[in-house]
Amino acid sequence: MHAVVCIKQVPDATEVRIDPKTNTLVREGIPSIVNPYDLHAVEAAVQLREKYGGRVTVITMGPPQAAEALQKCIAQGADEAILLTDRGFAGADTLATSYVLAQAIRKLNAENPVDLVFTGKQAIDGDTAQVGPGIAARLGIPVLTYICAIRSFNLETREIVVERLLEEGREVVAARLPVLLTVTKELNEVRYASLPSMLRAARYQVRTWNKDDIEADPKQIGLKGSPTIVSRIFSPPQRQAGLQLAGPAPEVARELVEQLLQRGVLTA
Amino acid sequence: MPEKFDAIVVGAGPAGITAAYCLARDGLKVVMIERGEQPGTKNTMGGVLYRQMLDEVIPGFWKEAPLERHVIDQQWWLLSEDSAVKFGHRNSEHDKEPYNAFTVLRAKFDRWYAQQAVKQGALLITETVVTRLLRDSAGRVIGVETDRPDGELLADVVIVCEGANTLVLEASGIKPKPRADAMAVAVKEVISLPREVIENRFQIQGDQGAVIELFGDPTLGMVGNAFIYTNKDSLSVGLGAMISEFQRRRVHPHQLLERFKQHPVVAPLVAGGEIKEYMAHMIPEGGYEAMPPLYGDGFLVCGDAAGMVIAVHREGSNLAITSGRLAAETVVEAAEAGDFSARKLSAYREKLEQSFVLKDLRQYRHLTPMMERSPQFLGVYPGLLNRALQEFLTVDGVPKRQKEKQILRRILKERPVTALLGDAYRMWRALG
Repeated sequence: MHAVVCIKQVPDATEVRIDPKTNTLVREGIPSIVNPYDLHAVEAAVQLREKYGGRVTVITMGPPQAAEALQKCIAQGADEAILLTDRGFAGADTLATSYVLAQAIRKLNAENPVDLVFTGKQAIDGDTAQVGPGIAARLGIPVLTYICAIRSFNLETREIVVERLLEEGREVVAARLPVLLTVTKELNEVRYASLPSMLRAARYQVRTWNKDDIEADPKQIGLKGSPTIVSRIFSPPQRQAGLQLAGPAPEVARELVEQLLQRGVLTA
Repeated sequence: MPEKFDAIVVGAGPAGITAAYCLARDGLKVVMIERGEQPGTKNTMGGVLYRQMLDEVIPGFWKEAPLERHVIDQQWWLLSEDSAVKFGHRNSEHDKEPYNAFTVLRAKFDRWYAQQAVKQGALLITETVVTRLLRDSAGRVIGVETDRPDGELLADVVIVCEGANTLVLEASGIKPKPRADAMAVAVKEVISLPREVIENRFQIQGDQGAVIELFGDPTLGMVGNAFIYTNKDSLSVGLGAMISEFQRRRVHPHQLLERFKQHPVVAPLVAGGEIKEYMAHMIPEGGYEAMPPLYGDGFLVCGDAAGMVIAVHREGSNLAITSGRLAAETVVEAAEAGDFSARKLSAYREKLEQSFVLKDLRQYRHLTPMMERSPQFLGVYPGLLNRALQEFLTVDGVPKRQKEKQILRRILKERPVTALLGDAYRMWRALG
């Protein structure tokens, strides 16, 4: 089995603090982490490898410092990590990002046929959930989103059966390999890496590929390949605090009616 | 079988990184184990780093390290509730390369410093907590246990640089839990302000920096002090005092910090700033008397973990760096001899004795206990001095001779001659 996991380095949202005076986010010194859903994707791939053998390759597109995120995935049990980095990749939207990742997976597939591609269900910074499906579309393979359980996996029949976490319940679906899965945090528990794995990661040299290594079409990468325009970013307006009424029931009821009349919810 | 290293360094702060850097440079197989996500994320200090000690490790480090400003202006202010007596020094010598001291932000600096050790060949393991030292049947330290699965590592020697909170030393029976009167707690805010505003308020230019230490009212007279340090585009503003004093007075450090920022001489310096970070940390201020054993069979202790802090000179990181360097020197010699016994490693203590580290620690051994026994130094004198100067400088038609008498009478009312003489003697003795 060969699983490729696509990950993203994001700012650690749990470390983002709110300035008590200005109520704005304090971004200074916020560490970067692996997108939390992507760690569940790595865990899923590593668990399958532990059961069925094979390899787990982790890839990401990003600046040189994204190598740290890949090293973290090595500590989590991945066999190999490749950083797709090139000045030409900068400014990519989800369309250009999925192109670069798909090109890299094509190259990996030529070296060692890929059975599974994993991504997290979305990244916690952009929240678009578009890159996973975008890769699948470009590779022409099925995409199964919001995976919360893998029921069965069979390399001989080349079939995988998974559960998708939907708002109204769970959906059980089967697909033929190769397939792309985007995973939720319900899928598994991310392991606390062992010390030998941490040592391996600390020694591991991440491989890097640039735009030529993946034979990228210059028109489809970076800003040029990105039709998305972000016109404005703003915080949603804060919701007003609610009103709590307390006291003996008749008084509260009277007060409640009065409030509703005042606000025009009821008319006399 | 756990992997074996020549040396394991517990903690990636100034002491640990220095030890790992020197050992790796000399070709030893060394691993640093840090509990934070990155070196520096859990490391805190007021923010002054002296150049000399690190220059001995990485000559010219200050040309490339992420530093904030070089210090040219140092002030000491004695505060009463609403006034200040200021004393300070500025010179042009400290404005010249290679400089004397720098303000730093540890999240940036420690990360850079650790990378230098990694470049020398040290392995860095983060997000991993060392839980205790491993010993063989003879009691010799032979490695560490961490909180990771398969979390043991072996080494000829373990260098404990775990910082102020000495959980490993305590769990390993090397040191008891610290007493509340041997440990200070400090809180600090990084307050961002535009560069020009900082340069105007502190009368500095370019990369020049100013630092102010404030005594008296900021800590309500408790043994400790407040500080304001200039970074490039922020101020480090904080205060600290002995934990026992906070317990006794029943005040919280952050309440004091809020109060401090409202003080009439402080408020204009921080006005309009935006709080970027808030942090709190312990400082081992027990001094020489509170130090744990510095070495034993298979282990050495450096930096804050060893209590190497000289509070009165706000020195700690430079002692940590020097101790880390001397520990590494000792380990290299031990490795050549193939002998990691306490006897061989005792050379570390001798090296420290010959350096400023133990000389200074010994000189100030009585200072903190004396200050704790003598609350008048920070509790009474700052107010007294402020009132005396205020009276002296108020021109109100009272003849000068009469004014001098009034001032003297007031001072003697609060501290009679015998007490004044006693205090002078106590301070003289404590400063050795």
